Amino acid sequence: MNEVLLRSLTPNVLGILVRRGADFAAAEDAVQDALVEAVRVWPADPPRDPKGWLVTVAWRRFLDATRADAARRRREDLVDEEPAPGPAPAVDDTLQLYFLCAHPSLTPASAVALTLRAVGGLTTRQIAQAYLVPEATMAQRISRAKRTVSGVRFDQPGDVATVLRVLYLVFNEGYSGDVDLAAEAIRLTRQLAAAIDHPEVAGLLALMLLHHARRAARTAPDGSLVPLAEQDRGRWDTQSIAEGVEILQAALARDRLGEFQAQAAIAALHADAPTAGETDWVQIVEWYDELARLTDSPVVRLNRAVAVGEADGARAGLAALAGLDPSLPRHAAVAAYLHERDGDLATSARLYAEAAQHAPNLPERDYLMRQAARLNARQSR
Amino acid sequence: MAKYLLLKHYRGAPAAVNDVPMDRWTPEEISAHMQYMHDFAARLEETGEFVDGQALAPEGTFVRYDGEGRPPVTDGPFAETKDLIAGWMVIDVDSYERAIELAGDLSAAPGAGGKPIHEWLEVRPFLTAPPTITE
Repeated sequence: MNEVLLRSLTPNVLGILVRRGADFAAAEDAVQDALVEAVRVWPADPPRDPKGWLVTVAWRRFLDATRADAARRRREDLVDEEPAPGPAPAVDDTLQLYFLCAHPSLTPASAVALTLRAVGGLTTRQIAQAYLVPEATMAQRISRAKRTVSGVRFDQPGDVATVLRVLYLVFNEGYSGDVDLAAEAIRLTRQLAAAIDHPEVAGLLALMLLHHARRAARTAPDGSLVPLAEQDRGRWDTQSIAEGVEILQAALARDRLGEFQAQAAIAALHADAPTAGETDWVQIVEWYDELARLTDSPVVRLNRAVAVGEADGARAGLAALAGLDPSLPRHAAVAAYLHERDGDLATSARLYAEAAQHAPNLPERDYLMRQAARLNARQSR
Repeated sequence: MAKYLLLKHYRGAPAAVNDVPMDRWTPEEISAHMQYMHDFAARLEETGEFVDGQALAPEGTFVRYDGEGRPPVTDGPFAETKDLIAGWMVIDVDSYERAIELAGDLSAAPGAGGKPIHEWLEVRPFLTAPPTITE
């Protein structure tokens, strides 16, 4: 049985339950139960209509769960309203579910967890493992999130930008535990792109595909980080790149630029270069200018300084860096890189060691420490 | 079984025998060190003695309550003399002797010149829940 295929039915089934009158929190629990049941039963006895099966089982679970409590009368009303068994209705509330799970009243961590469960169909245990927290903690986070959105009307239009931020966060978490969050983020963004026609949704999907394409090349066999310039480009996933570029081009043609499209354009230019030396840095700088205009983010200007250093030389890069706050994350690493290219190895080594002190994760810290070590070894020779 | 915390210090522990700072090692020596740490954790997972391992960033801040309605007081980053935790490993082993043996192994991780660092690690037993049988 294909578990991803099974999980892809989650939002549709959940939407049907909610439309039938189930409240979101209870319906979501019922759908989870039905998914678990499907994993157990389907391998031996696959249903002819998987979605219909899930709707039937989830609805029954929902009724069972509400039977005992005070809502008995209301439940009986619902049973009366239950449509005759048969093919599930074609209405798709997937988009509404995305909006609900990314509702602005939720914290980012809650929105991420709720999205992965209610839209992605992952179990609480899987989500907890992926984020390295105890299962009870994640269960609490999800049930609090459900309470927070319990008063939100399901048919209210939402904001695509909030959904995109949530999916971006999931993608960036990468891979830990037995759930591949990057792949899951791509699947959810693809599903969103099918539900709504929006150039930034396409832009984010393209961005994810283009970065995901480099995944195998990004880590050396010993687990250390391989920077873009040193990656074996033969190991990039050309199919993923081709798809990302095609989606991006269609989005850009609509002339409604946004930050994800601009970021994807930069990733596409990297993907386009057969070797690091053939990278079109001049165009990349132009895209960073667009991105700076769209976001006004100092992090973008920091990355822009690297691109300027490649396009116009290390001195120009250092000049672009000069106006930026040295406490920005990765500022020391960028400065170290540019100083080395400018030939100042001592300054570069010192900055790399400083950058390692402030690195936000272990692979990055190891990489920066190695750079410092490499330069110190060269100087003492 | 008993749980122990193996504590690694950035500062505050007695100086290691081979205490050349890491940015003065060669890149190959750094790789060898990383590999050793990785293999050590993997071996403990295999023997069923590994619980958790985490590294901490060097920056930290002291924080304390400052009374009703006021924001907490913060102090830091630490002065250079301050004891500073770099990271830890939690192990679940049969005896204190085994915990000491493992800490000794971990302290043998290679550093400059490919030679063991002989770094001082702190071994601290966890306080446990009271036992069921008390007499």
